[in-house]
Amino acid sequence: MSTELVIQLNTLLAAMILLTSFALLVQRRMFAILHIFAWQGFFLGLSTAVIGFATGEHHLYISSLLTLVMKVILLPYILYTLIHKLKIHREIESVMNTPATMLAGIGLVIFSYHLTAPVRQLSTLMTRSTLAVALATVMLGLLMMVTRRHAVSQIIGFLAMENGLFFAATSATYGMPMVVELGVALDLLIAAFIFGIFFFHINTTFDSLDVDQMAKLKETD
Amino acid sequence: MTLHPMGIELLQLILLPLLAPAFAGWVKIVKCRMQGRTAPGILQPYRDIRRLFNKDVVLADNASWIFRVTPYLAFGVTLMTAGIIPLISVDLPLAATADIIALVMLFAIVRFFTALAGMDIGTAFGGMGSSREMMISSLAEPAMLMAIFTVSLASSSTSLPQMVSVMANGHFMIRPSLAFSLIAFILIALAETGRIPVDNPATHLELTMIHEAMILEYSGRYLALIEWAGMMKLMVFFSLGIAAFLPWGIAGSGEPLSLLLRGLYFVAKLAVGGVVMVLIETGLAKMRIFRLPEYLGSAFLLATLGMIAFFILE
Repeated sequence: MSTELVIQLNTLLAAMILLTSFALLVQRRMFAILHIFAWQGFFLGLSTAVIGFATGEHHLYISSLLTLVMKVILLPYILYTLIHKLKIHREIESVMNTPATMLAGIGLVIFSYHLTAPVRQLSTLMTRSTLAVALATVMLGLLMMVTRRHAVSQIIGFLAMENGLFFAATSATYGMPMVVELGVALDLLIAAFIFGIFFFHINTTFDSLDVDQMAKLKETD
Repeated sequence: MTLHPMGIELLQLILLPLLAPAFAGWVKIVKCRMQGRTAPGILQPYRDIRRLFNKDVVLADNASWIFRVTPYLAFGVTLMTAGIIPLISVDLPLAATADIIALVMLFAIVRFFTALAGMDIGTAFGGMGSSREMMISSLAEPAMLMAIFTVSLASSSTSLPQMVSVMANGHFMIRPSLAFSLIAFILIALAETGRIPVDNPATHLELTMIHEAMILEYSGRYLALIEWAGMMKLMVFFSLGIAAFLPWGIAGSGEPLSLLLRGLYFVAKLAVGGVVMVLIETGLAKMRIFRLPEYLGSAFLLATLGMIAFFILE
């Protein structure tokens, strides 16, 4: 496989990651959000493996495997069982101005493109052009956390942000040291468990996972 | 012996109206097969058009010249597009007169006059259809331009034959930008030609029809022309998609044998495209009209993403 083809493949995967971030931003159904999140993890893992193959940095294979196991299987599975146990799998998010959110997302992508322009000019890595996509994924995850009201989709926005950071690390420096990556993976796993506990508590206290409920000071309307 | 470019141009202008009903018939056949019904023959649209031409026109008393001119205008303008879209050749002398932006504007002219004609008689359905059509087109048009511009960027030209020859001769590359704009283009083409997730061409149910509501008052030869123009528009959108995104095999010399071969290639691509469209249509349900801004918004998003991907990644 030539370097040219590898770069193009990585570009394609970066584009798919960007697409899934936008899909997360506008999707309303719980399970669909979960599926898209799993797909994003899949593309991320694949892209890491491709970069690892192209650069000969073999530790990237391990982080690719870690990403695939964690973000495609483990985290979606935990959230899946949570959604099932809390009986919110039929829930659809309420009003959200989809076209405006999309436009804001496009604005963020252009903003991150401008922000990473100096890095792109200085860098000599073959993955330098995907850095903008990585930053955009972080910002789109943040936008998702801001625009959503449901606790579960906010968590997925947070996890998507983490995906973006991971992608930024691989495209800016060919990945973080193994110790850091293992630590982050463990943190994520623990975070998922803590989220689960919090979901149960929020759900039993407020009878809903809509975080707007928490803004109320009185118990009765 | 080679055919003069002007001759090829003429050939294309004849090919479009002659082939369009057959293509519409083909789509209908595939759709019937998919739904387990018995299909009418591929010649049925021709028979429909002939039948309508033989019928008398019933015209409302208060119909103005707009109502009477619109069918001819719709037919003529749609036919004109065959002069600038490369169907079987990229050596088109007339293509220098209009680029891709002018092409989008030609579609807009047809839509504008059809919408006016829908309101001309003053029936409730016509006005409703016109307002719905304008809502859809106001959202679809920017998305369409964005999708096409991405291809223009990739080939650094807005002239269609130029775009096609650059795209067809370039070496193979994985281009996410073109993939995005192709998906956006398919979404928009479904909206612009009034196919299923947006409009149902087979229905005359008051609440759901859009295009059919506008042309409800037409009869006889007027209706024949409008229907024919509709079939041509469907084929033009397919040809545009083929020319912009799958241009392989369009370019070539003017020798009759080579032309024939490219013609067959084009027909084969059309046939496959028709099957793909029917698969999309069968898999989807018609959307509520107030969900359409979201549908077209995502088409716009995809087109813009394609453009952004071109700048960021390529």
